[in-house]
Amino acid sequence: MTKEEAESGRDDMVIDGAEQANAVPDGFDANYLRIYYGKLFPHADMFKWMSYGNDGKHPACDRSYFGRREFSFTLENDIYIRFQSFNSVTELENSIKEKCPFKIDIGPVYSVDPAKRHAYAQGGDNVFTPVERELVFDIDITDYDDVRYCCTGADVCLECWPLMTIAIKVIDTALRDDFGFNHILWVYSGRRGVHCWVCDGKARRLTNEQRAAIADYFRVYKGNENSHKKISLPGPVLHPFLARSYTEVLKGFFEAKLLPNQNLLSCQERYEKILEMIPDASVASELRGRWQENKRASMSKDDINLVRWEQLKSVLQSGKQKTQGLRRCVEEVVFSFTYPRLDMEVSKHMNHLLKAPFCVHPKTGRVCVPIDPNNCDEFDPTTVPTLSQLLEELNRGGVREDAENELDGTSLGESVKFFRTSFLQPLLKSCKEEIERSYNAKLQQSKNTLSW
Amino acid sequence: MEVVQSHRKSSSNNVTVSTLPLYRSAPPLEVRLEDFELFAMDRLRVLKGISDGLGRGKKPEEMEKLVADLWKANMRHPQANEEANKDIISHFVLRLVYCRTEELRKWFLSMETTLFRYRFRFESSEAQRALMSEFKLPYKAVSNAEFESVKDKLGQVARSMGQTLASDAIFYKVPFEEVPELVAGRRVFICKGHAYVAMNQVVSLVVTQFRSYLSKALILTNRKWTSTVREQEKDRLAPIVEALCTSYLGPDYSQPNEAGEISVKDIDHIAKTSFPLCMRHLFEKVREDHHLKHGGRMQLGLFLKGVGLKLDDALAFWKAEFAPKVSAERFDKEYAYNIRHNYGREGKRTDYTPYSCQKIISSTPGVGDHHGCPYRHFSEENLRAALVRMGVSSRAVEDVMDKVRNRHYQLACTLTFEAVHGSSCDAGINHPNQYFIDSQRILQPKNGSVA
Repeated sequence: MTKEEAESGRDDMVIDGAEQANAVPDGFDANYLRIYYGKLFPHADMFKWMSYGNDGKHPACDRSYFGRREFSFTLENDIYIRFQSFNSVTELENSIKEKCPFKIDIGPVYSVDPAKRHAYAQGGDNVFTPVERELVFDIDITDYDDVRYCCTGADVCLECWPLMTIAIKVIDTALRDDFGFNHILWVYSGRRGVHCWVCDGKARRLTNEQRAAIADYFRVYKGNENSHKKISLPGPVLHPFLARSYTEVLKGFFEAKLLPNQNLLSCQERYEKILEMIPDASVASELRGRWQENKRASMSKDDINLVRWEQLKSVLQSGKQKTQGLRRCVEEVVFSFTYPRLDMEVSKHMNHLLKAPFCVHPKTGRVCVPIDPNNCDEFDPTTVPTLSQLLEELNRGGVREDAENELDGTSLGESVKFFRTSFLQPLLKSCKEEIERSYNAKLQQSKNTLSW
Repeated sequence: MEVVQSHRKSSSNNVTVSTLPLYRSAPPLEVRLEDFELFAMDRLRVLKGISDGLGRGKKPEEMEKLVADLWKANMRHPQANEEANKDIISHFVLRLVYCRTEELRKWFLSMETTLFRYRFRFESSEAQRALMSEFKLPYKAVSNAEFESVKDKLGQVARSMGQTLASDAIFYKVPFEEVPELVAGRRVFICKGHAYVAMNQVVSLVVTQFRSYLSKALILTNRKWTSTVREQEKDRLAPIVEALCTSYLGPDYSQPNEAGEISVKDIDHIAKTSFPLCMRHLFEKVREDHHLKHGGRMQLGLFLKGVGLKLDDALAFWKAEFAPKVSAERFDKEYAYNIRHNYGREGKRTDYTPYSCQKIISSTPGVGDHHGCPYRHFSEENLRAALVRMGVSSRAVEDVMDKVRNRHYQLACTLTFEAVHGSSCDAGINHPNQYFIDSQRILQPKNGSVA
């Protein structure tokens, strides 16, 4: 029922009127985009990726694999076409160049060619059904509006972007260390968030129930504005995953960056939000009393946010507080403000669509470039190449003899190179091994049956 | 199949291994037509009871008792082998009944799996191991050396659930995919794709197997039903089968009753008089925010469909409500498809049914969401305020809150209905659309039509 939700892309769900009026000066238009698709968009890499080794010569390759993948295009005039499919890299490339979609979404691999789904629909019996899909995550900064004071809505700045960075760190580590996935691609969504594609064979074959289990494993938020509690960390100790996320990522980030940068405890309006989370009213009012008093008379040169945070911690974690709820409260505050907020529905269902990497965001003109999780601290969304910047670089570079060089000459070159060396090559290597393995297993099996 | 038979034989010899069948194949028994229906009704009572229990958010311990009681009340037979027969026959009859649509299969699968889970827990550990081996689970217990190496983490997980780790505890190391519910609840330690499952958690492993087996079996049964059985049994079994699921579970409110058609201009009025709190809340929120997240759009949208809002009116309604924030083109592009989809005009072309109370109660609204059951998902404070806004007297509010504290959410809603309408509702509220219809019946006694 929720499956069609993503078709228009999560990225545009919330509307920001101001933004449209305030169009990017150097603009985004279909002509620029046409050149981008013509000269820079890595069609062949996308095809290689989505083929998962099935475009090879090996007898065990599934020739129909790429052709059963759904692509959806959003065209210039907001026409939305779903269930596109292509049988070769040329078909894919030609269609993109011809239709010049403002947005390309990638859906699941279906049991049959999605373009011919109606032919199969006659049979009844659900023959047309998704069979494979990357495990995907969508994290959007607008979901953090209650914990950031620098921006709201679609805006993002270097003060709040680190919330995305730590989300990447927490999720990436768990996907690798806990779930044992290896082929993970993080992508800037072009405006205000990040997407994650987990591409291991076993991730692509997860059932909806298993996807939901992983999404729930990551979930600590319960409730919403209608019930007050936002974070719930029951039990006397934290699960190893949460404990690791807390000590290795969240705590340090909260204290060193978020607390001082967002001035979370500097004025009453803001610290009340944190005091509200303390389940014992007398403890909260003790702190409130202290903070109201020393409003002006701050003796130390230390950051007032940090001073107050230390006070809060020492009150809550002092030996006096016997109840577990109060001791746990410090962690709950940190989790509330920093723990990744996933759009659960996107991850739970195979047939959610997600915007393809290397698309250009029509509002910002920025390219959806990959983010290196190992160096995600260095990623700066405000310096991501824009469409107009790339075209300028192309013009400056003059005419080159081949497309490869043209790409290298632009600031997109690095991103594509990263995509290939850090993601695509290792992925294809393990796909080949997997195809080989399953082929050998099949051979073995048929040998066994023969001998019998 | 013979497996089942041999169980029965051994149980009569009192060297019982397990009385819990895996329902591998239909029994080679002759069944009298009356029994066919009676047994099925009895099992349905058990499943319906389980469904209600889940809907009330009962805890595992409470569910355990509930299932035991339900089973005793409906399925017991003085003769052990008769009881086993009834168990198997009723299961296969209901398979036939509930194989016919996706929605029915889902419900049956989930209730039978829950039933199996608790029945498995009643078994002795010897019998449990026997069942495990019947499923041919290939997992071996974690070796001592490995146990020592992850002992700290396993202890941490145990303590996070308020338990302690015994030094000689037995763990199975399994792919995390096999135990989704343990993963979802963070009740296992997971490392490099493997979950460490404690002996007292193996029920999850077995249940996963049972569930996936039954799920496949239901698809096959459905195929058989549509291709041959329905036609062959046109005059004998088919009518019974078709009557069984609706007679017991009540209507699904997918089609508004003939008089019930409403137009956009009526919504304001009927929302105030006849919407249950969950829908009033969504309606007020969409008025206030000019937006609702997906879960809210589904819950309210399908409810309105059941109330009698035609597709074109639904499109007009949502478009107008979203208009301050969403331009017309944008609406057509991003939201219209979903609405048409709900009306079965897009995608799979399924005519979706409005959500029942059980579904709404078991949903998990997140940040920014407004769907769900207010009696379950609101804080006490917010719920009180909402009830007062509905005009519920302060005494009635206390009664409602009392039900809420005992997690009788549907009863809380029923009391609210009675307080608002000043008239009793004996059947209780099971479906938001039923609330609406009952309300209209009281408010419009003459013609039953709206506005």
